[in-house]
Order: sequence, then C-alpha cells, then structure tokens
Amino acid sequence: MTGKFLEVRDLCVAARLQKSTLTPIVRNVSFAIETGKVVALIGESGSGKTTISLACMGYARPGCVITGGSVRLDDIEVLELDLLERRRFRGTDVSYVAQSAAASFNAALTITRQVTETPLIKNLMSADEATEKAVSLYRELDLPEPEAIGRRYPHQVSGGQLQRLMAAMAMICDPKLLILDEPTTALDVTTQIEVLQAFKKLIRDKHTSAIYVSHDLAVVAQVADDILVLKDGEMIEYGPADQIIHEPSQDYTRDLISAAHVMPKSMPKTRTPTIQTTHENTTKPLLVVDNVTAGYGPNHQYLALHSVSIEAHAGCTIGIIGESGSGKTTLGRVISGLMGSKQGEVRLDGMPLAGSIGKRSRDELRSIQFAFQMADVALNPRHRIRKILGRPLKFYFNMSEGEVDHRVDELLDTVELPSSFSSRFPRELSGGERQRINLARSLTAEPKLMICDEITSALDTIVAEAILKLLRELQERLKIAYVFISHDLSTISKVADTVAVMRDGKIVEYGSTVEVLTPPHHSYTELLLSSVPELRTDWLDTIETQRAAVRTAAAG
Amino acid sequence: MTMPETELRSPLRELLSELTPTVIICSLILLGFIVVVIFAPLIAPYGEGEILTNDSFALQGSEGKVQPGSTLLLGSDFLGRDILSRLIYGARVTLSVALAISLLAFLLGSTIGFVAATIRGTGDAILSRIVDALISFPSIMIALIVVTSLGSTFTVLIITVALIDATRVFRVARALAMDIVVQDYIEAATVRGEGLGWIMWQEVLPNALGPLAAEFGIRFTYAILFISALSFLGLGVQPPHADLGLMVKENIQALLYASAYDDLRYALICITPALCIAIVTVSVNLIVDWYLKSTGASLPEEL
Repeated sequence: MTGKFLEVRDLCVAARLQKSTLTPIVRNVSFAIETGKVVALIGESGSGKTTISLACMGYARPGCVITGGSVRLDDIEVLELDLLERRRFRGTDVSYVAQSAAASFNAALTITRQVTETPLIKNLMSADEATEKAVSLYRELDLPEPEAIGRRYPHQVSGGQLQRLMAAMAMICDPKLLILDEPTTALDVTTQIEVLQAFKKLIRDKHTSAIYVSHDLAVVAQVADDILVLKDGEMIEYGPADQIIHEPSQDYTRDLISAAHVMPKSMPKTRTPTIQTTHENTTKPLLVVDNVTAGYGPNHQYLALHSVSIEAHAGCTIGIIGESGSGKTTLGRVISGLMGSKQGEVRLDGMPLAGSIGKRSRDELRSIQFAFQMADVALNPRHRIRKILGRPLKFYFNMSEGEVDHRVDELLDTVELPSSFSSRFPRELSGGERQRINLARSLTAEPKLMICDEITSALDTIVAEAILKLLRELQERLKIAYVFISHDLSTISKVADTVAVMRDGKIVEYGSTVEVLTPPHHSYTELLLSSVPELRTDWLDTIETQRAAVRTAAAG
Repeated sequence: MTMPETELRSPLRELLSELTPTVIICSLILLGFIVVVIFAPLIAPYGEGEILTNDSFALQGSEGKVQPGSTLLLGSDFLGRDILSRLIYGARVTLSVALAISLLAFLLGSTIGFVAATIRGTGDAILSRIVDALISFPSIMIALIVVTSLGSTFTVLIITVALIDATRVFRVARALAMDIVVQDYIEAATVRGEGLGWIMWQEVLPNALGPLAAEFGIRFTYAILFISALSFLGLGVQPPHADLGLMVKENIQALLYASAYDDLRYALICITPALCIAIVTVSVNLIVDWYLKSTGASLPEEL
C-alpha cells in the first residue's frame, strides 16, 4: 500500500465576518500523505492549522466557509460529499483527537461507553465486540488496568491517560486518517512523552495515516515524517521532517526552531552581572516562605504543601517547577493570600503576612501581584482594556480620571502595545496581546513581587518567547522579583536565577539554576530533564530505554 | 488574529444587523402600546368611568344614548362604558403595574442571588433554602392571602407580586453568577482586595446582563398574566379603575349575549381585552427569543 492516500490541493477557507464579506484565512494550501505516514502542521495560533485539519474532514467551523480546492481521501472527494455522506464517513474513515481531552469527555458517562459510542450508533459492532476492541486498544496504548479502566469516569483518570483514551475513541473504528490537534500541549513534559510514545506506536502498528497539529517543533520532530510550516494561512515551507529541522530555508522556520521548547545547548554560567551582584549583596531576601504546610478541605485535611521553604530576592527570579499536582500553584496561592497555611509563615521584607486577603493591608496586597495562566479568562470580557488597567490604579493609588488615562497609555507602551488598545475589549485582542495586558495589569500596582503562574504555557512558542523577553526587560528596569511557576523546564532554564523542583508538595531540589541543571541531579530532576524533547527526529526512540532506568530511580 | 481597526463593531450594532421582520413588527406593536400607555388621557375618546349608554353591551360602532353624538367604536361594557377608552386606560394600569413589579423583582432577586453566589457556603445555603420554602407555596395562593388581609391597593399588589417573582429571579441570577464567580477574573479582583460590592456590580453583573435581560422579558409577561389573573378573581386592580384582566372578568356576560342573539360581535367585547394581553405577551416573548438566539452561541447548522 503506497501512493498518495490523502491529497489536499489548493485548499482555501474564508471567515465570514459580516454577511457579505469573506476574509480568507487559509490560502492555497496543498499537501499529501502516504499511507502510514504522518504530516505535521505547525505554526503559531491563527496560522490556520486547525482550520486545515478540520477541512480534511469536510468541516468548517461556524462562521467559516471552504471556498475552494480539493480534499481527496483515497478515491473520495471529501468536499463534494453531502451532509449525510460526510456524517457517515466521519468517525469511521477519519477521526479527530482534540486538544483538551478533559473538555471533550462527558463527565457523567463511563469512559468505555463514550469510547464505544461511534461503532454502536453506526451499528458497526455489537456492544461486546466494541468493548473488547476498546480494551485491546487500551492495552496497546499502555494504559494501566486495561480491563478495568473503561469502567471509570473521566475525572477518575489523569490528564495524560484521558488524552490516550481519547485516542482510543478515535481509533476504535480503524480510521484511515487520524487527526491529532495539539494532543500534548496541555500536558506536563513527563506525561507528554508517554502520550507521544503511545501515539507513535499506535500509528506505526495500525498503519494509519495521521495529521499532527502543533505549535511546538520539538514535539512534532518526534512523530512527523513531513512537516508543513504555516503562517497566516499560507504555506511557508513543506518538506521531510529532517530537512525542515536541519536545513530550514525560510526565516520563519528558523524563528520557530529557536523558540522551540528545548533545553539551551549550554547553561549560561551567570545571568546578567547586575542581577547576580544584587543577588549576592542583598543579605535580606524580599520574600521568605518559611516552612509552610497547607492543604485543602476543612482544617487543611488534604495536604498540598509539606514544609516548603523558599526565598525570593528583589530583581531576581525564582523558578518553581513540577508536574501537575506537585503543589506549585498552591504555593503561589499561599503567597498571594488566596489560601491560608496550616503551619509556617510567609514574610515580606521581614514582616509576616496574614493568611487571608481580607486581613492584609492594601499596601501588602499591592506589593504582591498574581499573573494568571489563562489571560482569556483572567480578564473580564465585558471590561474595556482601559477599565481593566485603570481599576488597580484607582484602587491602590486613588488616581483621578486624567492621571489614569495617562498612566494606562504608559503601561500599554511598557508592554509594547499601541495606546489605541485602551478602548478595546479583551476578545478583540490575540492571545499574546491578552497575556501582555494581563502582565500590564499586575504592573499597574507597581509590585515588589510578581507571581507568574504558567503564564506562557497557553501560548505558542514564538509568542511565549516574546513574553519572556518582556519579563526580563521589566525586571531589569523595575527590579521586580518573580516567582515563576511552570511545568516546562526549558522555559524555567531561560528565566530563573534559582530553581525549586517540587514533587508531591515537597521541594526535592533547590538551588541556583546552574546548580540544579548541571549534574549531579536529584533523580526526579533527572527524570524531568530527560523528558524535555530534543530537536532531532530520533530522540523519542533513543530515549525509551534510558528513561525507564531514570523512572525507577525517581520512584524509589 | 486581530480584526482591523475599522471592522470593530459595537455589540448593539451587531445585534441590529440581525433584525428579522417578526422582530420589527413586534417592536412596532410594543412601541404603539407604550405611546398609548403614556398618552392615554390624550388618546382615549372618553373618560375611564364615563357611562355613555344605558344598554349593557352596545355593539361596535353604535351611538351612545346617554351622550348623543358619541360613537362607541368597540362597543360598550356591561355598564355602558366605552370599551376603547377603558382598553386604553386598562393597558396603562396593567403595563405600568407589570413593569413596576418586574423592576422591583429584578432589583431584589438579582442582588440577593449575586450575594448568595459570591459569598457561597453557609450564607448561600440559608438564602437558597428560604427561597425554596417560598417557592414551594403556590404563588397565586400567597398573593390571595396577602392581598385579602392587607387590602388591594396598588402598593400592596406591586410589592406582593414582586416578592413572589423575586424568588424566581433569585434562582436564575444565582445560577448565572455561580458560573461567573469561578472565573479567574473574579479571583484577580479578589486578590486585588476588592469588596463584595465591586465584584457583584462591576465584575459579575456585566457578564450576566444578557441572560438577565431575556429573563426580564419573560418575567414581565408573567407579571401581566399574574395581575390579570388576580384582577379576574376580583383581588387585583379595583373598580372603577380599568385593568385588562378585570375587563375580561366584568364582561364575561357578553359571551352569553353572543350565544343568545347568535351574534359573535358580542363575544368580541369580552375577547378584545384578552387579545390585548395576548398580543403584548407574545410580542415581548418573540423579541426575547430573538435576542437570546442572536446573542447566545447557536449550534452550527451541520449538527
């Protein structure tokens, strides 16, 4: 079985902004997939990669229209099928794995019931056959307890497992084409690697063709045979994965490569000298978290932090790293006062802080600002930018209207946005622009310390790179201390002066970035480090054996 | 993707671009009613309680015998009063009372609902159980008890019905706010140190406004029907004031005339006020439906 299995030619998709006008969002995209091969669509958000992958199923999101081109799957012209035929062919011939498995599962039904839904409603298998098939898929995807896991509900399995279960759902009818839309973007590095391995194995064993959509070149390199680089709906570069990664011909591809989530080749010995000297000269740290134990539920019944101690210095960044559930966000919440602690205390400039927001003075609240992960839900969608940025100014500094306008313009300038943005609503901004507004809101308070909770995790690599650059510049200018929470070791290594590695609510390793990231490592740090993908196509295969040993060491 | 500067549209203009003929007609009807209600004394040909003829149920277009030269365009009621004039005054009473009821109900219901959702915990539980207890009584029965014991004045009527309606609004407002208060932007305001007032009115309210406006339309029509029902039972608006529901009740005898004389024109005397109620409530509901459809996320056509 060779030859072009899926062929997309001159695909054009347009968005309908008003009733009559069509704005093209995908222009003349062509690519082809051979049976059993994987093509990756890569680009930043808004580049049209999801739109193209949906068009391969003959689907356009509401407000979009496929305006031209052809999608040929085997010998079917997908775009010419009518509604009923399309419905028949989706799920059986082509299937789709969405980015957020948690949002795609129905929380009220058991997993197997949802995994087997497609063959049952299409009368392709009996219930027993479908369940048997599901179990064998669970086994192939290396899920624990393949016989029993299907009887659980979605909230009873982890995020990475749910993502694999979603792949099982997609594979149950043996589709000829599998579309994976950012399937690992929301996962930790250690989980991502397991999911990637499972996907790769499945595609290889089933001889399925796949489209893999991602913004992270390092991830794509592991699974793709061919890579298609997209920008603003146009093809930038298209070729075999090795060629794109090692000999990119376009500047944009080179940008993508430099922004990929990989560890820097060599550890910077010291960061900017000024910061380093202030760090050493300042005897008194700005913020001290002293032996804090905290948890959820009545009387901190379910502990999320066990005797955690860290220090943050003015003008320096402390990186907190760990997988989800390691307690890193809880630590941020305790520092900001959103949560009280059971034991220990948090001191700012030597003065102990109260455990709840209501008991802290307005000046203490102002000194510590919290930047949220998802800018699109952290900004009130019904407030204009002027109000979002202006409110803290009025609240903390009692500024008059005129002063507020002036300061909002300045702040927008600080985060490199035009002052005309002040009359916009958050939905009228892109993801990266919203994250800048989110940061600007924290800056309005002129804080001494900023807690950045995964602020770049939801952004694509190039935008994230720009946000990190902005953070560094602000720190040099304003001498703010950052507590930078992330699950991404490569990001931490770029921004942090000191690093605390967290696991199960405890700090397992704590020291300067150089110390933590150069051997000898703590076994858990070793596991995290080994999970960061490298920009070469054979990395995933070589890593498998090596990681198995590390994992047992970390567990012990 | 950011939209170019020129294509930024206000939500209102976006809404107006989706006007349908039905909505335009309904809006015109409502506008007509509003004009009539505001200028009732100028528009009504005769007074509210003026007796023009000594016939019960004079037919449409006949001449008033007590006041020669007067025409009863829509006929007379059982006392010989002009139906058209009473309709105009009746609509004025019904619509303004219904509006007052819904405004009061929304002020009370949404404030308490937002408070319950924002404070959560025990406070929310207490408020919600009180409301549950109130809802478990049939609303018409509470109204009957209160109005009979306190007397049927406009104030008593408005406050009683508003309180009953407020319990329903509470549930809607609380449910809406529950989804909103878990958003990060509320947490951002909390970390900033904002008080309950700001969070409720500045952060929660703007995001609940759309669904609340739709609920307002529905509550408004219920208020019309409810006071019409009370008036029909004799406990709502008291004579000689006209009220659409009261007019149906007063002229129910006209239906007997219609069957006795085998002339449907008599029936029309009783049906016209009922028709007015129907037209207003249907118009408001159609506008609400359209509003919900054009602002809410509708399903893609393909599914």
